[in-house]
Amino acid sequence: MDSMTIIAVASIIIAGITTGFGTMGPALAEGKAVATALTSLAQQPDASATITRTLFVGLAMIESTAIYCFVVSMILIFANPFWNYAIAQVVGK
Amino acid sequence: MRLSPDEIIFWQYGFLKLNATIAYTWGLMLVMAIGSKIITRKLSTDLTRSHWQNLLEIVVTGIEKQIEEIGLSQPRKYLDFLGTLFLFVAVASLCTVIPGYEPPTGSLSTTVALALCVFVAVPFFGIQEQGLGDYLKSYMKPTVMMLPFNIISEFSRTLALAVRLFGNMMSGAMIIAILITITPFLFPIVMTMLGLLTGMVQAYIFSILAAVYIAAAIRVRKPKPEPEATQ
Repeated sequence: MDSMTIIAVASIIIAGITTGFGTMGPALAEGKAVATALTSLAQQPDASATITRTLFVGLAMIESTAIYCFVVSMILIFANPFWNYAIAQVVGK
Repeated sequence: MRLSPDEIIFWQYGFLKLNATIAYTWGLMLVMAIGSKIITRKLSTDLTRSHWQNLLEIVVTGIEKQIEEIGLSQPRKYLDFLGTLFLFVAVASLCTVIPGYEPPTGSLSTTVALALCVFVAVPFFGIQEQGLGDYLKSYMKPTVMMLPFNIISEFSRTLALAVRLFGNMMSGAMIIAILITITPFLFPIVMTMLGLLTGMVQAYIFSILAAVYIAAAIRVRKPKPEPEATQ
């Protein structure tokens, strides 16, 4: 396999794996966070404003790691510098 | 496949480019500034007021209450900065209902600029509140060993702010673009609604995180003197 094929295969496979792992971890963590928030809401309903706001802030922090994985996958597929370099080599020849 | 509105270029002169990000940002700024100016031209303090003034009052007092709940005891001092952050990101995301509009926060330039504003504002408010020496000493709490970690955490949470907002906005726009090529009518509408929801949540998160960082910076760490016992 020449280097262009290797770059393409590696990028595609790793982009898929990145998105796969990147959605599993944050989903588990967010499920746990929401479950704990619901338990504490049931125990203290009058603190619901604080609990809800803290829950949303925590969910956004967890979500951001999923976003990092998504951004890396997008870069691998659409703005891949190694692929662009390989294409430039082929076009230059 | 277009990753950001930076790539839509309306006009170019040498290396100066007028791309969609700049155009939409300025459009948003003009709409918000001129709209607020028109609404606040004749403010009334009695019980009858125009609908628009009522709307603005609800928005401003809501933001002020949220800032106070975070722990900043004088919300008026930080209301303009945090309120501007929230309103800009929220209006930028709300206007996606207008066809042909791309949110400027879907470009890394805008989100990095907003995160840099927060990066500058946190030490600014900290020094304003605590004084330069006390604020710099706060980097060495709880021990001097934490100094590099505190400095790194300043940079990393700024970066996290920028990438979080960019990723959420960009993914919304991209998913709609991809779905339009697959199922033209039903799913893009559903995903646009989801994009509106995440846009508002991200606006709230951005401003609340900025408020939390400012609150951490202005927290006076001197122990309060014991109150005198009164007989």
